[in-house]
Amino acid sequence: MPLGSLSPDLVGVSRRVSLQRGFLILCALVVLLLFEAVVPLGASSSPNTTSGKHGSNRTKKPFPVLSFDYSHVRMPFEISLWVLLASLMKLGFHLIPRLSSIVPESCLLIVVGLLVGGLMRVVGEDPPVLDSNLFFLCLLPPIILDAGYFLPMRPFSENLGTILMFAVVGTLWNSFFMGGLLYGVCQIQGTNLSEVTLLPCLLFGAIISAVDPVAVLAVFEEIHINELLHILVFGESLLNDAVTVVLYHLFEEYAGIGSVTVLDVFLGVVSFLVVALGGVLVGAFYGILSAFTSRFTSHTRVIEPLFVFVYSYMAYLSAEVFHLSGIMALIACGAVMRPYVEANISHKSHTTIKYFLKMWSSVSETLIFIFLGVSTVAGPHSWNWTFVTVTIVLCLVSRVLGVVGLTYVINKFRIVKLTTKDQFIVAYGGLRGAIAFSLGYLLDAQEFPMRTMFVTAIITVIFFTVFVQGMTIRPLVDLLAVKKKQETKRSINEEIHTQFLDHLLTGIEDICGHYGHHHWKDKLNRFNKKYVKKCLIAGERSKEPQLIAFYHKMEMKQAIELVESGGGVKLPSAVPSTVSMQNIQPKKPLPDRAIPKISKGREEEIRKILRNNLQKTRQRLRSYNRHTLVADPYEDGWNELLIKRQKLMQMEKKMSNYLTVPAAPPDSPTLSRARLASDPQAYSSKPASGDLPTIKVDLASPQSPDSMNLVDEFQKTAALQKDDDDGGLVMKVPPEDKEEEQKGEQDSKKEQQQRLMRCLSDPGPGGDDEDEPFLP
Amino acid sequence: MGSAKSSLSKIPNAEQLMDDTGFSPAHVVRLHERFQALDKEKKGHLSRQDFESIKELATNPIRDRIIGAFFAQGGEMVDFHTFVKILAHFRPVDKKHLKKANIREPINSRTNKLRFAFQLYDQDNDGKISRSELLQVLRTMLEVQVTDEQLESIADRTIQEADLDGDNAISFDEFRKSLEKVNIDHKMSIRFLR
Repeated sequence: MPLGSLSPDLVGVSRRVSLQRGFLILCALVVLLLFEAVVPLGASSSPNTTSGKHGSNRTKKPFPVLSFDYSHVRMPFEISLWVLLASLMKLGFHLIPRLSSIVPESCLLIVVGLLVGGLMRVVGEDPPVLDSNLFFLCLLPPIILDAGYFLPMRPFSENLGTILMFAVVGTLWNSFFMGGLLYGVCQIQGTNLSEVTLLPCLLFGAIISAVDPVAVLAVFEEIHINELLHILVFGESLLNDAVTVVLYHLFEEYAGIGSVTVLDVFLGVVSFLVVALGGVLVGAFYGILSAFTSRFTSHTRVIEPLFVFVYSYMAYLSAEVFHLSGIMALIACGAVMRPYVEANISHKSHTTIKYFLKMWSSVSETLIFIFLGVSTVAGPHSWNWTFVTVTIVLCLVSRVLGVVGLTYVINKFRIVKLTTKDQFIVAYGGLRGAIAFSLGYLLDAQEFPMRTMFVTAIITVIFFTVFVQGMTIRPLVDLLAVKKKQETKRSINEEIHTQFLDHLLTGIEDICGHYGHHHWKDKLNRFNKKYVKKCLIAGERSKEPQLIAFYHKMEMKQAIELVESGGGVKLPSAVPSTVSMQNIQPKKPLPDRAIPKISKGREEEIRKILRNNLQKTRQRLRSYNRHTLVADPYEDGWNELLIKRQKLMQMEKKMSNYLTVPAAPPDSPTLSRARLASDPQAYSSKPASGDLPTIKVDLASPQSPDSMNLVDEFQKTAALQKDDDDGGLVMKVPPEDKEEEQKGEQDSKKEQQQRLMRCLSDPGPGGDDEDEPFLP
Repeated sequence: MGSAKSSLSKIPNAEQLMDDTGFSPAHVVRLHERFQALDKEKKGHLSRQDFESIKELATNPIRDRIIGAFFAQGGEMVDFHTFVKILAHFRPVDKKHLKKANIREPINSRTNKLRFAFQLYDQDNDGKISRSELLQVLRTMLEVQVTDEQLESIADRTIQEADLDGDNAISFDEFRKSLEKVNIDHKMSIRFLR
């Protein structure tokens, strides 16, 4: 580092150091509070208050101005403290430079858990163990729902056969191989393990062999490998739940009795089918209910996300009632309801669902790992060198053998084969996690005297996989040059051509007389379009072809991107734009659009105006009331709203070009969604009541008068824009018609974009699959 | 295997066919059976009516184009060789086959698959997908009532995105480039024909 640049670095470093110090103090405070909460300090105060009430001869005491009564808030207080600790830890890791790039978060969180548990031990307090009920009912569902709702259906369904093979056959192989060999090892003299009979060994094998979705998600999310591998490992971790459930219950039931007959095995197989299919059906049922409900929520947009969450959770709980696979129910529910719900709900509800799910799943994951660490310190341990080392070795060996063997068989049926590199990643990515721990913990100590040994071994395996495999997988991925995830989105070309190819392949399959993959997919799509969509999607959206919906989404996205970049830069085909506004950087390369160039001076002017208006719009946003979706007609800003609405109606003419039905009423969900996106003080999609002047949209007008309007509005708003930003809140997608651009309406374009900028200050997420906030 | 060999001998030039297309004998026999099943009047070749009588094909929006692809150069009959050669485009890409010292590019290579698809778009065979051709395709695929304005916007957008040399039409190279992220080997292969 050259000396000259030291001082700004020093400033930065000192600022960072003070930040970190402040943060550490905050954390210490939280941990202190946690101890205080755990230690029963409040116990002394409660008897006083109760005895004071019960005593019939109450002596007069001075009125307590300030009293300390901790016990009645103890439970929620502790929970909140844990959650707070988890979230602060998550924050903290990112303050420490370079740490998060070397060590995956899951490892750090386990270490934190260990520390906290250790501290508790030192204090003399008993650290809490991860309660299995808490885990399965509260911590696991958000993660699975998040995964299921955003499951990429295309790669999942394309690779479903492979995933099922790995999940079912792979897990079975793992359990039996491990269980059997462990039993063999236990029988060897001199290991003091002879009391571990076959069935407990098989049970242990079943528990430890399942790949854990939480751990896989936590690690794989950071390494960004290509879609295929991600979906293979992740899909396997989700679908093997059914196998695990069945094996666990089967062996647990019969371990006491000590023998398993052929009938039991047969029943086990039947049970597996029931568990898996039953879980999926329960999930699908609730998913359809949820989709149907969302059809009617157009008047109560605020609670839309609630339906999604509650129905999904009910699906999970209902499946758990019958000991069906709750995970599969959740996945099925999320996957089934998603296309219909997204067509029905508003833009903001979509954002809400997305961010709530991400938030909950993130907190859950953090808590799980921390508790794993704490439980390690807490739980009774019984360490047995042989058992533990054999377990770890067998885990690795069986995983590798399983993957290699299965891939050999699978590749015979796959079009795109799995290479050795792929196999390695799949094998190496088989991480174990908290589900194994909870299942082990659930074992009854009476029936399984070797339970503590099992739990110790499970924890060791978890630590091994998460730490060793988790930490080394990233450099290995780089070393092996495994293909990474592609960052760019689908273009409309890809969408059109893939649909075309789908039709083509279906046709060719029909000519060959072969009922293949495309044939059934086509049939399903047809059924979906004809019957299901009509039922579950409200209003006109049910008829909207997928291509149109996609196109519309693209246009919206591009409008946002265009405004984000300040617009007006000639974009060469593949070079990402380097234009940036003050604090707003375009995140991705802008699409190629031939847009006329403007002079530097003009650009600067426009940027300044946009910047100023952005500030003002942001301030205005804060006055938005959470409950108000309909503007109060007696409010002051009503006139402005009227003007805005007028302008919006005029621009909707343009928008309706991109919408399905020719005579789209002003209140079609897509339009209202566009409106909601454009206006922070959003309207509900009620039909125009007596208060508002109804403006009929004339669709027959050709495009050219439209552009003339723009020029007029430019003159008009030029005056307005001096004083305030409400000079016309319109949502306008930049016109593609080249002749319009060449009319030299560059100025009006910039004006539109200014307006667009103002109204799109809170546009929600950039797209379906993105996680980043709109403005960094 | 014996039965396959004997039925193989009934098919003229079977060896040549297998060599050109890379199909195995079993496949050639199966396709021959299908060919004969479609050829109801036992003419020895297929006409358009034979294709149109496939009832599953009736609901396919691009049915006419697919059928048209078989009848290249305005012919009225499709003999078995042409039938197999066209279906060979949809064989999964066979890496072993590629390694053989074939000077010619195999029919089911990625480029040839794309070229086949391109020709379905480009009905007038001028080597480019013009705006009107694109509009026709969109119109057939989007069977629902969609306004012309919408279709035109989509078509314009599509061409704008893909068109690199500014001639307002999509050439084969531009077509190929726009699909470079799509796994064509997977998308345009039928497992049945391996």
